[in-house]
Amino acid sequence: MQAANGNGIPTDTTDYVTVFVGETMFGLTIDRVHDVFVPAGITPVPLAPKEIVGLLNLRGRVVTALCLRRRLGLPSREAGAAQMAIGLEQAGETFALIVDGVGEVLKLGAETQEPVPINLDARWRDLSLGVHRLDGRLLVILDVNALLAFGDARETKAA
Amino acid sequence: MDDLLREFLVESAEHLDTVDAELVRFEQDPNNQQILRNIFRLVHTIKGTCGFLGLPRLEALAHAAETLMGRFRDGYPVSGGSVTLILATLDRLKAILSDLEATGAEPAGADADLIDALERMASEEAPTAAAPVAAPAPIVLPQILERELKPGEVSLDELERAFMEAPGPDDDAGEPALDAFPEPVPEAFAGPAPEAATEVEPVASAPAAAAPASAPSEGGEGPVTKVQTIRVNVDTIEHLMTMVSELVLTRNQLLEIARRHEDSGYKVPLQRLSHVTAELQEGVMKTRMQPIGNAWQKLPRVVRDLSAELGKGIDLVMSGAETELDRQVLDVIKDPLTHMVRNSADHGIEATKDRVKAGKPARGAIRLSAYHEGGTITIEIADDGKGLDLAAIRKKAVERNLAPAAEVEKMTDAQVAKFIFHAGFSTAKAVTSVSGRGVGMDVVKTNIETIGGVVDIATELGKGTTFTIKIPLTLAIVSALIVKAGEQRYAMPQIAVLELVRVDPKDDKKSTNSIERIHGAPVLRLRERLLPIVTLDGLMRGQATVEEGEIVESGFVVVAQVGRQRFGVLVDEVFHTEEIVVKPMSSKLRHIPLFAGNTILGDGAVVLIVDPNGIAKLVGQSAQSGASAETESEEAEAGDAKATLLVFKGGSGGFKAVPLSLVTRLEEIDSSKIEHLGGRPLIQYRGRLMPLVPADPSIEIRSEGMQALVVFSDGDRAMGLVVDEIVDIVEERLDIEIAADRSDLIGSAVLRGRATDIINIAHFLPLAYDDWARGPRKTVVKAPSLLLVDDSAFFRDMLTPVLKAAGYGVTSAASADEALGLLRSNPGIDLVVSDLEMPGRSGFDLVAAMREAGGRLAQLPVIALTGTVGADAIDRARRLAISDLVAKFDRSGLLAALAELGDTDFAKAA
Repeated sequence: MQAANGNGIPTDTTDYVTVFVGETMFGLTIDRVHDVFVPAGITPVPLAPKEIVGLLNLRGRVVTALCLRRRLGLPSREAGAAQMAIGLEQAGETFALIVDGVGEVLKLGAETQEPVPINLDARWRDLSLGVHRLDGRLLVILDVNALLAFGDARETKAA
Repeated sequence: MDDLLREFLVESAEHLDTVDAELVRFEQDPNNQQILRNIFRLVHTIKGTCGFLGLPRLEALAHAAETLMGRFRDGYPVSGGSVTLILATLDRLKAILSDLEATGAEPAGADADLIDALERMASEEAPTAAAPVAAPAPIVLPQILERELKPGEVSLDELERAFMEAPGPDDDAGEPALDAFPEPVPEAFAGPAPEAATEVEPVASAPAAAAPASAPSEGGEGPVTKVQTIRVNVDTIEHLMTMVSELVLTRNQLLEIARRHEDSGYKVPLQRLSHVTAELQEGVMKTRMQPIGNAWQKLPRVVRDLSAELGKGIDLVMSGAETELDRQVLDVIKDPLTHMVRNSADHGIEATKDRVKAGKPARGAIRLSAYHEGGTITIEIADDGKGLDLAAIRKKAVERNLAPAAEVEKMTDAQVAKFIFHAGFSTAKAVTSVSGRGVGMDVVKTNIETIGGVVDIATELGKGTTFTIKIPLTLAIVSALIVKAGEQRYAMPQIAVLELVRVDPKDDKKSTNSIERIHGAPVLRLRERLLPIVTLDGLMRGQATVEEGEIVESGFVVVAQVGRQRFGVLVDEVFHTEEIVVKPMSSKLRHIPLFAGNTILGDGAVVLIVDPNGIAKLVGQSAQSGASAETESEEAEAGDAKATLLVFKGGSGGFKAVPLSLVTRLEEIDSSKIEHLGGRPLIQYRGRLMPLVPADPSIEIRSEGMQALVVFSDGDRAMGLVVDEIVDIVEERLDIEIAADRSDLIGSAVLRGRATDIINIAHFLPLAYDDWARGPRKTVVKAPSLLLVDDSAFFRDMLTPVLKAAGYGVTSAASADEALGLLRSNPGIDLVVSDLEMPGRSGFDLVAAMREAGGRLAQLPVIALTGTVGADAIDRARRLAISDLVAKFDRSGLLAALAELGDTDFAKAA
């Protein structure tokens, strides 16, 4: 819970776990990532917010799986396509972020970081902390707290 | 706040609670040195720790209390006054501690008042050796004699040292080097520390034990046998629990694999692993359990204080304090239990002089007991007081409009007693500071029900009241029914499930239960009740009502009851019951009312736990009619206030209705099965021929497709009323607005905002059977003349044709007065059929007046119609020589009663 996750402008180098959704590469600060696993046996939850895919059993813990595609407003992946999950924790709860694939861990310094381009889709902008310029591609840094912040508004509305 | 201080706070609070309880015991048993030593030690520990932590106010108070207790130890007689003073001091200590907890600093203030009082009492001249108490203990100050086990003497110094060296959390605060929290005893301390480490029995809040070092007098006197404990963070235990669950799952998977492979060098070690896992699981479960005595700890003090405040002698007898239950459950019942004990002390136990007058022992007793029973724990709170005043409760219930008077009248005592659980219900004549404000019992009930428990009351006037609470041992593990709906499995907590009913499609010949539809709404006939049905699959798609096209033909209906609401949940398959570990829903999903949590099944799959309360709410919102299990029938029976009517479409699209109670069955038949015999339509029905009669001349009996029928039967005869479509069942107040001049209609009324004709069944019966009118009964020579008394025009209109059809001459009256007038003026009346519940003068009043009038009227046979047949009513009817009591809607019962009368009385009369 130090340096990187809060303000998103790391002073030193930061390690990012890279994940893929479609062609886009995203980065998650490594200290928020607890697990990387292949999701299996997801139990859908009727009437749940649409971002939530369901619940799954991760080594005896019930984990709420949410789909990064749906969170970003992207179309669902094709049935049978490969998927991976990133275990995240927030306030004592474990979440699984379902992505298309997981790449390597990158150590990046502040010099390649850019602010989020203002012309980015508002939804994406809210979830991003910045963009890193890499060789030949861009890495969008995801804000884990923002990513997991979706249910609350709904909850208060329902209450 | 540093760890040391926090630790001190937790411990001191526990110590003070223990001292509270012990002092009350000590007061009753002042010769018990064991208790005194225990108290003394605890207060001393507090004092010592306060001094160390620099809390002068606490220290001074504790010191003064200790001084007085030291006097007790020296043989100073123990009086109620001195105990009260010490208890007051303990309260002050607690108050300071709670401030300390909130602010981190000792609050400013002076305790000179208490300290002075304590010192004054301590310095009073003690009666010397003559003191009856503590007889064998020498009064010589520095020494105290240990007699029970060791014959030798132990000096006070030694004893002090023993206290200080005692292992257990006591020492944490006293030893600055020690701040590692769960570590029980530093190495430096000799004695039984290693034992403490190995015998891990982490009962979180059990009183700290200091037994071994001060062992010489460890006798059987202790309240609960003290055990070696260490403190373990609850999170640690929860985590352990999770890991064990995972281990169990992994083990299951391994067993599954081993089953498939024949060669097995694995088998034996796997077996062993399996055993160890099971034991481990049990062990971890046990760490969550706590003796219920923890929740009772404060009660002796509560009762003692109440006893003093109310001026009654009350003893609290507790048994089964060692009964263990889950700490989560324990937390929930703690306050309700305290409240109920207070209630018993205040309302239950009478004032001493009343008790003596009633020939009871002067001191009242409240008995608190707990024991295991199956998967539940039963707690009883019994007092030997005056019992509940059921008459007052009945009166109050009616006053407060909780139920109609007639209904309250016929309720059983147990039902009446339950009114005290209504919010704001109190029959206490005087509001005391303790209770009587009518706040609480409803909260008690709610609290207990939230954890799936039930409360029952047994009471006997003058003998006392017993509350019985049954609660599950643990919330963490519940027994659940695993069902399937759509493609998903769900767990339904068994506590809400009443029964399972298999349903088959209607056309299946074998089927005994099938779902019927009323205007698309599925219902199931279950033992003469209609049960609203929802489909689990539909609920999961967010529909509380079942859609028209949805197939709800076969599967299982899980009959559930929540509060007074009963409903059926249709599922596709029922697998088995399983003990499941309830895990809370994710914060993102907690807003969905349908789920109570989730769990991992034996095969590793996550399933959702359906919350019956959530379903009940949805069902209640969407289908308010007929959902309430008890109120439904009660209201229908309550008489003319409301009537339940079957609404159907019959003839030129108009709505018609008939009282549901007259209807035997609803059928839908294949119209190809309709036969015509002698120009009359008939069907073979249940092995007999049943004539069909159209509900309206304009209805044509269909020649193809399905034909809806309303079946009426009387004895072994049945008639099918042909209708276009069955629409609804409504329960409404009936106001016949337009009396019809057609004999097939009683009149018209507005039901659910629609003008509806109420049909007169009496008109149709003779159409089906020519002789129905005369009935299968013996032909009465002369048509007896009958007076029908009922305030409701509807019932008069409904019954008159029925009675006429049965061969009676009918005169009707709308009130008792009118009836009396008619009876006097018309000597030809042979019998009276009267409603008992009428505004103004009731049916009973009418009969009483008749009997008083003497002569012919006194002899006249009377049949009474009543909505409610209670024991009182039967008794009263017998006294008034009422021939028969017949339920208001029971047409055949009435005719049978009349026929019976005819056989006897009319023989004479005619």
